[in-house]
Amino acid sequence: MNNSFNWKKYIFVFVITCGIFLLANSLSNMFTNKKVDQLKNIQSKIAIDILSSETQFSLLSELSCKDVNSGNLSQELTSLAKKIEYSQENFEGNDEILELKKYYTLLQIKDYLLMKKISERCGKKAVGILYFYTTAENCVECTKQGYVLTELRTKYPDLRVYSFDYNLDLSALKALVSINKVEDTKLPAIIINDKSYTGFQTIEQIEKLTPELKTLGGQVAEEKK
Amino acid sequence: MESILQTIFYIFSFLAMYVQVFFFVTYLERKKDIVRRTDKIDLDEYKEVTIVVPCYNEEKTIAGTIDSLLDLDYPKDKLKIIIVDDGSRDRTWEVIQSFAEYSNIKVFKKENGGKHTALNFALERLETEFVGCLDADSFVDTYALSRIMTYFANDQHTMAVAPSIIVSNPKNILQKAQKAEYDMAIYNKKMLGFLGGIHVTPGPFSIFRKKVFDDLGPYRKAHNTEDQEIALRMQEYGYKIDHCPDAYVYTNSPNTIPKLYRQRIRWIYGFIRNAFDYRRILFRKKYGNVAIFTIPSGIISVSSVIFLFVFFVYNIVHVIQKLLIRFDAIGAPNIHIKNFTSTSFDFFFLSTKTAIFTSFVLYGMVILGLLLGRRMADGKGRISFDIVYFFVVYSVIAPFWLLKAIWNAVQSKESSWTLERAVSSKKG
Repeated sequence: MNNSFNWKKYIFVFVITCGIFLLANSLSNMFTNKKVDQLKNIQSKIAIDILSSETQFSLLSELSCKDVNSGNLSQELTSLAKKIEYSQENFEGNDEILELKKYYTLLQIKDYLLMKKISERCGKKAVGILYFYTTAENCVECTKQGYVLTELRTKYPDLRVYSFDYNLDLSALKALVSINKVEDTKLPAIIINDKSYTGFQTIEQIEKLTPELKTLGGQVAEEKK
Repeated sequence: MESILQTIFYIFSFLAMYVQVFFFVTYLERKKDIVRRTDKIDLDEYKEVTIVVPCYNEEKTIAGTIDSLLDLDYPKDKLKIIIVDDGSRDRTWEVIQSFAEYSNIKVFKKENGGKHTALNFALERLETEFVGCLDADSFVDTYALSRIMTYFANDQHTMAVAPSIIVSNPKNILQKAQKAEYDMAIYNKKMLGFLGGIHVTPGPFSIFRKKVFDDLGPYRKAHNTEDQEIALRMQEYGYKIDHCPDAYVYTNSPNTIPKLYRQRIRWIYGFIRNAFDYRRILFRKKYGNVAIFTIPSGIISVSSVIFLFVFFVYNIVHVIQKLLIRFDAIGAPNIHIKNFTSTSFDFFFLSTKTAIFTSFVLYGMVILGLLLGRRMADGKGRISFDIVYFFVVYSVIAPFWLLKAIWNAVQSKESSWTLERAVSSKKG
């Protein structure tokens, strides 16, 4: 008779297979942690930059506006936003990402306030759009609005888009929401020049609502030339 | 939905990995027992062997098949050849007539009744202790038979020995992909041989002791895969089946997708139906590894390919949905040359999910098995482009023949079920 087999081998192979999966999982965790560290580094660099701009502004505002520099921050924030969004989708169950998202939201609010101050005092023309979306439900309109704003940012590299997850549990964000009277039933919502617009807005509609965009130049202007 | 799919993906990955690890552990345990002989072998005793060549409409290849048998390094008086024309409608009968003059060849013609009837026709006229079959689209290597016979000489309990099947002269991408697959099958088969878990004694040149048919009866009509049924029957009764990796049989592989598609539907359909017919042995310890490892791993591979296909389609639909939403939002994508030049590779967006690493290991183990199988066949085991063809061709087409085979199997299961019911109700 030929039908002999041993359970020990089945168990041994099971243990090895588990080992391979555990190893794969730890490798994955290791890379995830590296990525989270990278996010933290970018955030602390941005935090320093914002703080530095604020301090610079406080020191020099009364004397001169021309030296105040916060121009590159917008691009860096965009890059960070992309990475946080990717992390949220891919590193599910990672609590650190949520913390980073809160921190990032704070940085956005600070940058927004700073930009407003600079433009008020120094007359610098900077255009910012506040964008509120929701992750609590499947919001197709929010996804669409996201594409529109990304496209606008490509078109006008100096345009600042600050995007906020309405459902994020952060007191500063809640204050911003109540100041701008944003309601969760009317998302997506965008705030342009302190005016609130709810529902999906097309590129053309936003361009119409934001005449200052033309002054930013961007690709359309360049193409016309 | 997505998390459910993810979970199923991990379960299938785990099971597929388990099968590969099982093979590899077996390989490490038994690699010293894998022999690859390159020279002529002299046996102490040459037992009489009959090779049956069933043929149906094979006028083009039959002469080459018989010539290869006549060229076997085996005493002519010990080798008998029975050619059975199963009612061919082409010139096959004329071609095989020309071999009738050989003293050790007998030719017969019968009404068409399917391969198993042609084999049984020959078994009824069997006079030798050993018997094998050679499909009329295959050719044997000169030393194949003598090498196989050493397995019977070394172990009285060995009841059947399967050869290594190699794709003959692969020309197009499809045939090269099959070559890689067949090489991998050599490794899998040898490991199953070590485990006593072989579930197919392939049509091309598996050799049996006559006792198998005397004890267990002739071939049965078994969903056009009689070579699976007889192997499962042997396993059920504890008859040992081994594999001789250096007994080479060259087979003509399908050269077009429709031909391959039809062949595989038959194979998979046969596997499902035979597994269903022999479900009584499944997971039963007394039937050994074939019941606990081979058949379950076949079921796993059929289901995982189907799942991967569903997973792939789900992801494609998801991507298309996203593109449509994007199109709805901003119209046709505005391609900026500036974006291309400024986009640089960022490690951050490279996926480092667990699934990536496990898939990497899994593919690595499959390729390793393929190379080890190739080494058993040619002694080298080199990496070649066939492997890429294999992965590409099979991942695109295999789900379709699997789905079709499952569909066919379910259809006929229902009909046989109603038939069984009708019979039992009459009895009642």
